[in-house]
Amino acid sequence: MTLHQKIFAVFVSLAIFVVIITLVRNRKLRAEYSWLWLLAGFVVFVLVLWYDLLVKLTALIGAVAPTTTLFIFSIIFLVFTALHFAIKVSRLSDQLKNLAQKISLLEAQRDGSFH
Amino acid sequence: MNIKRLIIIPAYNEEKQIASVIEGVREYSDADIVVIDDGSEDRTAERARSAGARVIRHPFNMGYGVAIQTGYKYAFRNDYESLLQIDGDGQHHPAYIPDLFALVENHKCDLVIGSRFLKNNQYKTGLLKSAAIRLFRWVIRMITGETITDPTSGYRCMNRTVFRYFTEDGFPYDYPDANIIIVLHRRGLKMTELPVMMAPNSEGRSMHRGIFKISYYFFKVFLSILVTLLRKKSSL
Repeated sequence: MTLHQKIFAVFVSLAIFVVIITLVRNRKLRAEYSWLWLLAGFVVFVLVLWYDLLVKLTALIGAVAPTTTLFIFSIIFLVFTALHFAIKVSRLSDQLKNLAQKISLLEAQRDGSFH
Repeated sequence: MNIKRLIIIPAYNEEKQIASVIEGVREYSDADIVVIDDGSEDRTAERARSAGARVIRHPFNMGYGVAIQTGYKYAFRNDYESLLQIDGDGQHHPAYIPDLFALVENHKCDLVIGSRFLKNNQYKTGLLKSAAIRLFRWVIRMITGETITDPTSGYRCMNRTVFRYFTEDGFPYDYPDANIIIVLHRRGLKMTELPVMMAPNSEGRSMHRGIFKISYYFFKVFLSILVTLLRKKSSL
């Protein structure tokens, strides 16, 4: 990995870190969700500084170029993030449905349309 | 013996028909009537109230399955013993209400479905819908060994055991059709059908329309059936 690439990668991982911290600080992102993104930034950071690890990892998964390893893991990461959000959305829809039903039932009760 | 009965009518934008549906139901039953207005943009709720029904209004549209579940929750909380559901579009003839209640209350079954296909009646369905129903029928027979001719019918009557179960979080509100029958069968509950006449939907609206929608619907129902089958019996 050239110095040029290293500088770029470190810059990206730091940028992710700063953006996440700022979002959490401004209460735009709940701390609960931030760990996944911070982890992603951290992994990039580690792999850049510890290039041997990336090479070993590449050999381990049978890829040819270290960049492929980075791409594969990025895609796996994105898939898991999307899945994580899908699970959250499913749960939120259920909660929203239950809440709306509860409100409807209470409202009807308040308006005296019940016994 | 005075049984506490409830009739629920899920309705979405049915201001034209809802009053006549309620009047029709009244002719055949003195049960309490609740209209679940699923976030209609028209005057469905007002019309239903003027016709003398109680109204539960959803804050926004959530779909047919959620509307009937709200009805089940209401019935459960208010100690009803049997519940009948009938569509708000006037498609179901209310003349069968006493028979449907009788089947459940005489302990002949836990759930009874009003079927438009049991007797040779003139009900016409589109090619796609009829193929869909046939496929559902076949799947249900394969899995449960029972023949339910009209698994998508929304004209149903059930006892407290059934609607209590439907108030739980596992209720498949996205597609409360074939998989409900399979789930009830696995729980050991008894189902039967009663032949009924149904009018074609007066405004030509249907729950599932168009090849794309039907295919998507199918995919979802089959996936849901598959997941249901993969679940342990105890968690159903």
